[in-house]
This record gives sequence, C-alpha cells and structure tokens, in this order.
Amino acid sequence: MPTATLEKIFVKGNEAVAMAALEAGCRCYFGYPITPQSDIPEYLSRELPGLGGEFIQAESEIGAINMLLGASATGARAMTSSSGPGISLKQEGISYMAGSELPGVIVDIMRAGPGLGGIDASQADYFQATKGGGHGGYRIIVLAPASVQEMYDLTMLAFDLSDIYRMPAMVLADSVIGQMKESVTPNPRPQVVLPSKEWVVRGRADGEPQNVVKSLYLGDGEMEAFHWKMQSRYQELADKECRWEEVCTSDAELIVTAFGSTSRIAKTAIAMAREAGMKVGLMRPITLFPFPRKAYAALSVRCKLFLDIELSTGQMVDDVRLSVARDADVIFYGRPPGAGSLPTPEELFEQIRKNYRACA
Amino acid sequence: MRYDVFFAGYGGQGVLLAGNLLSYAAIHEGKNVSFFPAYGVEKRGGAAMCTVVFADGDTGSPVVGNPSVSVLLNQLSFDKYAAKVKQGGICIVNSSLINCDEVDLPGIEVVLVPMNQIALEMGDVRMVNMVACGAYIEKSGALQSKSLEAALKKALPERNHKLIPANVKAMEAGALAARA
Amino acid sequence: MMKQVFTRPESLKDVSTHFCPGCHHGSVHRLVAEALDEFGLRSQTIGVASVGCSVFLYGYFDVDVIEAPHGRAPAVATGAKRARPDRIVFTYQGDGDLAAIGMSEIIHAANRGEDITVIFVNNTTYGMTGGQMAPTTLPGQKTSTSPFGRDTSKDGSPFKMAELLSNLDGVAFSARVALNNPKNVLNAKKMIKNAFRYQVEKKGFSFIEALASCPTNWGMNPLDANQRVTDELIPYFPLGIYKNTANM
Repeated sequence: MPTATLEKIFVKGNEAVAMAALEAGCRCYFGYPITPQSDIPEYLSRELPGLGGEFIQAESEIGAINMLLGASATGARAMTSSSGPGISLKQEGISYMAGSELPGVIVDIMRAGPGLGGIDASQADYFQATKGGGHGGYRIIVLAPASVQEMYDLTMLAFDLSDIYRMPAMVLADSVIGQMKESVTPNPRPQVVLPSKEWVVRGRADGEPQNVVKSLYLGDGEMEAFHWKMQSRYQELADKECRWEEVCTSDAELIVTAFGSTSRIAKTAIAMAREAGMKVGLMRPITLFPFPRKAYAALSVRCKLFLDIELSTGQMVDDVRLSVARDADVIFYGRPPGAGSLPTPEELFEQIRKNYRACA
Repeated sequence: MRYDVFFAGYGGQGVLLAGNLLSYAAIHEGKNVSFFPAYGVEKRGGAAMCTVVFADGDTGSPVVGNPSVSVLLNQLSFDKYAAKVKQGGICIVNSSLINCDEVDLPGIEVVLVPMNQIALEMGDVRMVNMVACGAYIEKSGALQSKSLEAALKKALPERNHKLIPANVKAMEAGALAARA
Repeated sequence: MMKQVFTRPESLKDVSTHFCPGCHHGSVHRLVAEALDEFGLRSQTIGVASVGCSVFLYGYFDVDVIEAPHGRAPAVATGAKRARPDRIVFTYQGDGDLAAIGMSEIIHAANRGEDITVIFVNNTTYGMTGGQMAPTTLPGQKTSTSPFGRDTSKDGSPFKMAELLSNLDGVAFSARVALNNPKNVLNAKKMIKNAFRYQVEKKGFSFIEALASCPTNWGMNPLDANQRVTDELIPYFPLGIYKNTANM
C-alpha cells in the first residue's frame, strides 16, 4: 500500500479515491466495470489482496451494492463505485442501506445520460444523488470534490461522516475530476473520534443482545418514528457538516456558483473577469447534502446576483434558489452533458460579462 | 505564473506521455499541475489529446478553450485546433505530417518542426513526442530542460530507463529545430 | 423425576411463528436451529433473511440477522462472510426470492464458491404476496397469476435449483430434501447438518433445497398439502444429493 506522506504524488482522480479508501481503513471493495471509473476497481484489485482485504468483481452493480450492505452490517469499512447506469442499479441497495442505517461509501463518477448516454463528464445526476435516488424518502451524504486532492481528502471524509451519521455517503464527481491527474499530497487519515458500532451483526454471544440490521418496520408508528429520527439526523448534518469554498466573495457584485468540474472551469473565468475589472466571486458547495443553505443566505444579504453554472440543464440551481434571499436573482447557465459540451473558461467568462453588464 | 499547453495527435504518437512528462517536470519545479486527457475509443489511431496547466498557485480550470501554446502532431489536429490558439500564442506544428501552407493564422506564432523526420534521424520515429516536448520548452520557456530529464525517470517505467539518454537527445534536437 | 427429552433448540426464540398451519417453514427453521446447536455455532452465526414469508427470520432465530433486499441475500451474505470469514453465514430464501429476482446473485455466489450455506425453501408459490406463480410452480399448477395453470410454452418449465447449482465448480454440496414424513425430516436434518459442516470446514458453497408445503396458497388443508408434496412435488423434484465434493 502506498503510504501517506507529505510528498506530492501525481495521480488520477480515480486513483486518489482508491488510495484514500485504503488510507481510511477500507478493506472491502465490491464493484463492476464501467467507464469512466474503472481505474478504481483496477487499483484496488491490485492493492487489496496484499493488505488482507477483499476485492470482488461482482456479477452486477446490484450484487456489488448488496455485498457492501453485507460487509457494512458486520462493521467493516467498505466501498463500491460506479457511474450513471450502474448507480441507477445500486439505488435499490442504497435505499435498503439508508433504511437499515448502514454506513458505506459509494463513489459516483458521473457520465452523460440518460440511458447508456456517453462517457463524457456530466453533472446531471445531482438530483439522483442529493434527493434520495431510490424509493422511500431518504437522503445520503453527498460530497463533491473539485480536484484530485479533494478526491483523496473527501473520500476519507466520506468514510468518517458515514460512520458518524450511520448513513451511506457518496463521493460525487465526473470524468473530468476522475480522469485528470494532479499533484496531490496523500495526507494521513485524520484522527476522528468515531462512535462504536455496537449495532453490528457479529454472532450473538451468550448474554449479548441479538443485533438485527433491517429496514422493515411494520409496527404501529415504527416507520414514522424512523423517519422523524432520520429527519433530525439530517438537520444535525446541516447544522454541523456543511462545507463550501468561497473565492473573492467579499466585494463581489456577481457570485458564480458551481460544484465539482464546472467550479474549476469557473475559477479561471472568474480570474479573467477580475482582470477585466469586474467584481466577481465564486461560491462552491463541497457538501451537496447537506446543502450549505445558510452560507448562500448569508452571501445574498449583500450580493444580489448569482450565476449558477452546471454541466446539465439545471439541477443544483433549484437548491440555490431556495437558499438565497428573496430579493436575490439566480441566473442559470448550463450545457447538457455529452461529447463536446464541456464549457471553456472563455465561454463562462462571456456569460459573466453579459450578466455583470446587465446588473451594473 | 500560470501556464497552459495543449497537445493533440493520433493515438500512438505519445501525446499523453508527453503531457505526463511535462507534468512531472512542472512538479519537479515545485508547481501545481493539472493534466487533463481526452482520447477516442480506439487504443491506437484514434484522436488523442491532453491539456496541461501548471502554476505556482491554483491551476484553475483543467479545461482550456484558447491555449497559450498548442503542440499539434497530425493534420487532423491542426485542422481542428490550430485556430483555437489564443491571440499572441504559439502553435507548434509537426511539419513532417502537417501541411499548413495555405492556412492563415493571424496573431498566432506558427513554429514548424519536422518532428517525425528529426525522430527518425535520432533513431526511432516513436520519439516524436520527445521532439515535441523539446520544441515546447524552447518556445515557451516555461520549464527547464533539466526538469524534463528528471521527469523522464518518473514518467517512464523502470525497464525503459535505458532509453532516457536517447530521449534527452531527441528533446534537445526538438529544441534546436524550434530555435532555428 | 421426569426427564425432558424434547426441547426448543437454543438457536430458536421462545415465540410462536406467523406461519400458517401445516406450513413447512417452521420445520425447516427448527432443523436449521438444531444443526447450529449441535455444532455449537449459535454465537458465531449471522443469518441473512430474504423477502417473503422468510423475512421474519430475526423474529424466530436467536442469532444476529441482516435483512437483505429481495433476491440479494447471497450477495449480502458474500459481503458479510468476506468481511467476517470467522463467522458462520447462512441465507434463508424462498423460491421467488432465490430463483426469480435473485437468480443472478445465487448463481454467482455459488460459482465463486462463497463459504456460505443457503437454505432454499421451495413451495412452488409466492407465499407472502398471496400465491402467485413462482419460478418453481409445477406445469399446469393453478396460482393467482396462472389461473389456467402454468403453461410451459409461455412460462417455461420449473427451475430445478439443486441440479442447476450442482453443475458449478464452486458448489461443494447440493441436496434436495423434503419434510412430508418423519423419514424425510430425519434425512433433511442430516443434509442440513452436512451443509453447515461443510461451511465449518471451509469446503465452499453448500446448498439445501427443501420442498415445502403451502396449504393456504395451495387452497388445501394441511394433510392434503402434505400429500401433494408426496404426489406432485417429489416426482418432479427428486430428492437426493446432487453434489458432494467429499465423494469426489
């Protein structure tokens, strides 16, 4: 296993995810090949056996997510990864994990869709990830890295948050972040106090209570009580775990907002705008669930113009609009995902200029 | 300072290795690097391209619409990408495979380097990407040639380290040709 | 003083089940529990419940249990066993769960030779949802979704799972048993014990198909249902050992 050091290494986003999973103590990986995330299972199939871990190339994404469910129920740190079509198949298992209060990390390297779509980058699975992609009304933690360094750091964070809040956590990126290589520092696993997993199935010894990991609630009021419990957990997440990055927002007349790959492209567009004398800033949510609503609300007290940019026809923009002050405008600019639709910094700069002029 | 360079050619010309090499060289100089590859479905013969951005600070967008420098290794890439080079930028062209006689690129410095020919003269046409890297550092001044030598050790697998001296020579020949 | 000669297995809770009168699930539960007791495995065992009448496994077995999504028990058990190879892991699945929606998971877990034990209860119908056609419903058998009888030209023929799985290299033991008379019950006990013994000895995947009655959904009284196992099920699904690596 490549050990954590402070020396920079040069790796793909997907490889950084795999390395971080190992550093986080994940020793069980279950997956199924799909572009553009296959570097993750390939890396772990090489590394896990030597670490006494388990790698299974499952029969399907359904098989993989249920292996994750089983391993996680024993208390093991476990992970699976996929992309659009495979993530759709995993939704059944994710719903069961959410219903069973099971931790577990799911990596989604988004590709264009619907259907088989294409292998180009996409942000059109924002809804699927953040609104409860399966049945029953639940949420999972969703982290959106925008660099290879964050692929590494947020994967480790996903394991910790997932364990602390007893719910699945997703690392949501796309083929830009997954396939690009950057210089990163492979940080050591953060020292976090984790709750003990007294709920795991382990073989009931004499005198110990029977542990059952289940999502079936038939008793009067049981299901409702479960939902209220989860609602308060989601609230706790919103109170304690929102993460975001702001760039040059303090004097901004226009705040661009974007996550993941498009936030990177926007950063250069914003630098171009600043050079051209425009007061433009960036608000980048890092946690998509919990969504940093209060941070948007605070920004919109002063700045009244937001430009939401996505590699989709508009999904996160709904959450932005629900978060900002009523008198703030949220303009949307997006491109549907697919070959050739990745916006350039020059293109986003044009959007900034057009809207900035309109507001000035 | 923030530098960006775009490499394009067909699969098999070593475009991605060239991008990796420049990335390692930039890391060697303590810079932050983003290397963004794109390629066709085919392993060989399809389109291959990559963008490398390196900077002392934030690398920003890994996607570049109008590159400061483009290094284009075949006709198809030239036809598609030459005109996208930023005004005041540089377009380094593999003149062994690209005919650009009738093309007008105002505001762009076009540098012709017969990369295949030079690589062949150096003993192996597969070193075309090394010739291209040499031409790039010569024209951009963005990286030290010593850093590229160091980068070769990182970018090439151990079993190919014996080829490093030949690759260094190919880079030097590329630099020389670009200087002329 | 009286000597107690028949007791509830330690691995079963002291509760009454929701199973219908004459249903064989209770008998299979008991035999599995006896096997766990006799090998002293209760405190090391993780059960994996499926969806159907067997979903309440955790209510009856006094062992830790994971409830799996419909059909996915072999994948869940795979994950649990790989993470805790020192535990005994078994799934308990019905015919709709295992041979329809979960066909992929069972075949692949078996083919990988996962060190788990699968208890497959075949009663030729979907019990929990009200007696619909199952992948093991017999030709001509009327169910709530095959009101004119199973038409093999359209619905295919029943899956013979014990035979099918026995063809896979990863399977160490595959047997079909029935619970319709004392002799068969005794034999079923022997086979179930054997299946768990294989897991204890880390020999690979072990599979028990138990032919069971479902009087409620067959529209029969318990005795007639029991007779149907003898007259119709066993001739179509012959009892016996289909794979036993110890004999190879």
